[in-house]
Amino acid sequence: MKPGMKNETPVEVHDLTVAYHRKPVLWDIDFALPEGRLIGLLGPNGAGKSTLIKAIMGLLPPLSGYVRVYGETFEKNRELVGYVPQRESVDWDFPVNVLDVVTMGRYGRLPLLARPGKKEKELAMRSLAKVGMAELAGRQISQLSGGQQQRVFLARALAQEARIYLMDEPFAGVDAATEKAIVVILKELRDRGNTVFVVHHDLQTVREYFDWVMLLNLRLVKFGPTAEAFTSENIQNAYGGQLIILSEAAEKLGQHR
Amino acid sequence: MDFWDLTLRFFALGDVNVRNVVAGSMLLGCSAGCLSTFVYLQRQSLIGDALAHAALPGVGLAFLVAGSRELGFLLAGAALTAWLAALVVNLIVRTSAIKLDAALGIVLSVFFGAGVVILTHIQKSGAGNQAGLDRFLFGQAAAISGRDVRLLLVVTGLLLLAVAAGFSRFKILSFDRGFAQTLGVPVGRWQFLLTTMVVAAVVIGLQAVGVVLMAAMMITPAASARQWTDRLWLMTLLASLFGMIAGLIGAYVSFLAPRLPTGPWIVVVVSLIFGVSVLLAPRRGLLSRMVGFIRQRRATMQDHILKALYRAGMASGVWDRGYDRVGMATAFGFLPGDLRPALGRLRRRGYLELVNGAYRLSAEGREEGARVLRLHRLWEVYLSRYLELPADHVHRDAHEMEHILTPEMEARLEELLERPEFDPHAQKIPYPERREPA
Repeated sequence: MKPGMKNETPVEVHDLTVAYHRKPVLWDIDFALPEGRLIGLLGPNGAGKSTLIKAIMGLLPPLSGYVRVYGETFEKNRELVGYVPQRESVDWDFPVNVLDVVTMGRYGRLPLLARPGKKEKELAMRSLAKVGMAELAGRQISQLSGGQQQRVFLARALAQEARIYLMDEPFAGVDAATEKAIVVILKELRDRGNTVFVVHHDLQTVREYFDWVMLLNLRLVKFGPTAEAFTSENIQNAYGGQLIILSEAAEKLGQHR
Repeated sequence: MDFWDLTLRFFALGDVNVRNVVAGSMLLGCSAGCLSTFVYLQRQSLIGDALAHAALPGVGLAFLVAGSRELGFLLAGAALTAWLAALVVNLIVRTSAIKLDAALGIVLSVFFGAGVVILTHIQKSGAGNQAGLDRFLFGQAAAISGRDVRLLLVVTGLLLLAVAAGFSRFKILSFDRGFAQTLGVPVGRWQFLLTTMVVAAVVIGLQAVGVVLMAAMMITPAASARQWTDRLWLMTLLASLFGMIAGLIGAYVSFLAPRLPTGPWIVVVVSLIFGVSVLLAPRRGLLSRMVGFIRQRRATMQDHILKALYRAGMASGVWDRGYDRVGMATAFGFLPGDLRPALGRLRRRGYLELVNGAYRLSAEGREEGARVLRLHRLWEVYLSRYLELPADHVHRDAHEMEHILTPEMEARLEELLERPEFDPHAQKIPYPERREPA
């Protein structure tokens, strides 16, 4: 392997174990995301999908293991990562408008105390146009529908101009037309060489949307190209009840700490 | 002296004492109001309460240690214990299963209890009256000296400067902390700064308002400002302004009636501002929502009248038949009392014509009636087709929707349903005649 080869792995997760409120929710997760793919992250409720996304970005400290982003720590390469959090994670009655929120995607690149200026606003407007919301730039965010809120978050991630996009349920609570529009945007991102990692719920649309699939349920059940990984046996493994002992053990661990 | 003389004397600000009280009250209102915005938006309003109560032991300790009643010392002590309390709250929430509200309650009572113990000890030892420390319980604005005002001015100036400089960071911190963290915004440090600033704002209010009522100053200005605007900077500005107005009027009232203490009056005024905001603010205010509700009900009634007349015309083919009020009520099942104002409004808008005491549709009224009926029936078709509801279930729902659908939604419905000719009850849907472009 030539030196630097490793750097072509957008996200490498090595032997990651994460606890939430002291209860382990991810066990020994080990994978490397392939570059330039649209990857679905699937698993039942409580499987640790959001936890994995957050742990990659250091929002939750791991008990063990590490994460590398293009061969470096997340802290070093954070500008390469764009993030769409779950829609419910913020207060949509907050007194800001759509453009304000999208402009926040640029805050990471601003020097200390600098305010977003014309350049940042223009980029934010372009991102809004990409998700078809340019005309709503001045609207107060509490007046948006669920689908519009989701697109605002997507635009904010686009404004980050990253190479890796981590998205936590970008299709939650959106209508069918919006979902289609978002999928088009995700595929465009991928076609331009970006890596897109998406928490997803609807098993019906997996084959249609994703190149690769990760099945997760406390541990990594299967990860690979959709055709290979998304088999009924693996789905059964991820969604079936074979992990009762593991989750009970996790419960006990939580109690004993 | 009578009321007007006193008022004149107060606003002339000729008296040094008056000047100090006014300046002190307004400065504390300004900084508390300004910081309250972020405390409110982070849903940590009760933190102001806990911090204020936790400042009391600091006042006593500072007096014991320094042996001086210099305001600077006392407030430094207050800031120290208040800040410590913030730390303890944070620690409890992070390391135990105890939630924020309980942690705040515990910390508040423990610190406040300790404060009362220390103050009682000082008082028993004979130094208490000299120290005048009990004024920190309910505040005593009259004791504000020129020196104190300068201290308040410096602290307030620093706070406003810090808010202005860090405004966009405080914004993202309050809106979406997790996202800010992934961007590399040092959220821990900004939050630390914000907490320190809140402590400062609380502490400089103690002298005039006191630990017990300071919580109101950390909540109410922001809650009032939120009613009036959807812009964060304007909200911050308004909250600061409301705090200042409360300070000014509080000082004024206690000047008119010297037995009424300033601090509680400041809180009363800020609460009045809150009351007015909740009632009268555009859009969010109760009044404007009530007006909206009444308008909607009126519009609904008018729509129903036009629709009824239109249907009657459509069924009989006779369009110039008029009804008097009672006739209309019996023919279509309205209450005559409801009809009276609605008929007047419809006539003034030109939808109805009054001929020999009988109302009938004008040309515009006919168009409007057709529109309402069309919406009603289109919605019925939509429900039965897309929600697969049986025909006898869709009428009531359409009855409400016909008043809500916008012309854009109407156009989309028409397109989606491919301009159906009949509704689920096999009744004809009236469309406007297509005018060919000339």
